[in-house]
Amino acid sequence: MAALHVLRPGLFTTIQDMGRTGYGHLGVPVAGALNPVGLRLANALVGNEAGEGGLEISYLCPTLRIEGGTLRIGLMGAVTARLDRAGESRVLQSGRSHLLFPGDVLDLGAVSGASVAYLAVEGGFDLAPVLGSLSSYGRAAIGPLGGRALVAGDLLPVRRLQAAERAERAYVVPFDYGMGPLRVVMGPQADRFSAAAVETFLSSPYRVGRDADRMGLRLEGPALDQPNGAGIVSDGLVSGCIQVPGNGLPILLLADHQTVGGYAKIATVISADLPRAALAVPGSALRFHAVSMDEAEAARRDLEGRIAIAIGGLAELSGALNLAALYSANLVSGMVCGGEEDS
Amino acid sequence: MRLVPVGDTAFSVQFGDAIDEAANARVMALMSAVRNADLPGVVELVPSFCALLVVIDPLRTDFRSASTQVEAMAAQLGRGAGAQGHHWSLKVRYDGPDLDEVARACGLSPNEVVEAHAGTTYRVHMLGFLPGFAYMAELPPMIRLPRRSEPRLKVAAGSVAIADAMTAIYPWESPGGWHLIGHTDTILFDQVKTPPALLAPGDTVAFEVL
Repeated sequence: MAALHVLRPGLFTTIQDMGRTGYGHLGVPVAGALNPVGLRLANALVGNEAGEGGLEISYLCPTLRIEGGTLRIGLMGAVTARLDRAGESRVLQSGRSHLLFPGDVLDLGAVSGASVAYLAVEGGFDLAPVLGSLSSYGRAAIGPLGGRALVAGDLLPVRRLQAAERAERAYVVPFDYGMGPLRVVMGPQADRFSAAAVETFLSSPYRVGRDADRMGLRLEGPALDQPNGAGIVSDGLVSGCIQVPGNGLPILLLADHQTVGGYAKIATVISADLPRAALAVPGSALRFHAVSMDEAEAARRDLEGRIAIAIGGLAELSGALNLAALYSANLVSGMVCGGEEDS
Repeated sequence: MRLVPVGDTAFSVQFGDAIDEAANARVMALMSAVRNADLPGVVELVPSFCALLVVIDPLRTDFRSASTQVEAMAAQLGRGAGAQGHHWSLKVRYDGPDLDEVARACGLSPNEVVEAHAGTTYRVHMLGFLPGFAYMAELPPMIRLPRRSEPRLKVAAGSVAIADAMTAIYPWESPGGWHLIGHTDTILFDQVKTPPALLAPGDTVAFEVL
């Protein structure tokens, strides 16, 4: 069976899928990919279901050795990987799939200008889901590796003996996550803020502070006044909620946020803009723009449309085998793998 | 009752804005009703003291459709308490590092604190902070204290704690600002069990002195 052997774990590399839903009433956070679009696109590169678990790599990336068999990876995000094969080194581009051989060493380098990138493996990891999900939540040791990030020596088995015999795929253009202010639906507790505070929030730039992780982004900028104090009776949270504690500085909640919280939420980033928010790094400038529910829902449909177009437009790279012809000739299962090189 | 959007993927149904048993009972009743209705696209229900968060998959439903259905259910809730939760009796050794300090601050003896704490039946209002962490109310007024001014960086798993009108048990080692008055060996969260958390919202809990 093919596997990824972790030589160096990187700064914080975790296994994530689309998150663990259905246990929020028991205090279990959803977790899951910070940028679910990135993971979906990575999965599409290797022919996986959209929600298959993959590696979320943040800032400094891991170094992995391929063991046991050929395997195919899909890389998405701002990384440029280096592959060492039989003493020779080459660069592997992101936004495409790559066929790797046993003994190959993959050094993913660093994520540049974004918080995370994704690596999907064809077939997915052969790991047991926990509470229905492969997502990792370290604070309560929930997830396939006890919820923890990768460490050197981990062996991540892949659900394939070998990579499938097929052409590599690539996105023709980088995915457009959109730009401009992050769109928000105001509330659920915007009415606890002064009118001036709401105006300030919607007109001022905020900067992502150093305290930025999978739980959320602490923002620096003008403080937001709450005449009756920041504390509310704790209620439920979703990713994108912008809560404001007593110091007036907003915190944008991300995948690992707690299920409930006791600070007022001035606004909530819409789901179409959440991937872009989650990609922000310390120092990034963020602005917010209020939209209606109709606009928020239209924006999400638009995002889904762009994802479908990107996946539908995946290009097979030159040297491609004619899969349809192979299948119709019923030859695929009998073919010997190998000989297909990354260019 | 008030229904407010929480972004485009959730809405909150609010029954007042205070911690009280009647509001919490309505939250639980609505949660059961929504769960039983099995509405398409509803992916998560997060009850809290006086609100129910309904999380939707916007690709399978939309705010208007889901919120209209849930609002109708909320309007039809009877005044009854809804489904009864389980009752648990948990064994506690009252040897917490803050027991003496709590007693002093309340002008009681440590034994009186233990009797007050163990002499009450609590209701689980919600879970949160950590998986399996149950917020239980109400503590007798004579042993209510605000949270510690200096939270601990490390609270041992199984610690039985109090703060304000609440008592709780830390299921995991974690930071924490509550007063630690005892501990239990009962496992509160086990990811291989179904359900993984011992206590659920709406359950009642009594403590037995070891």
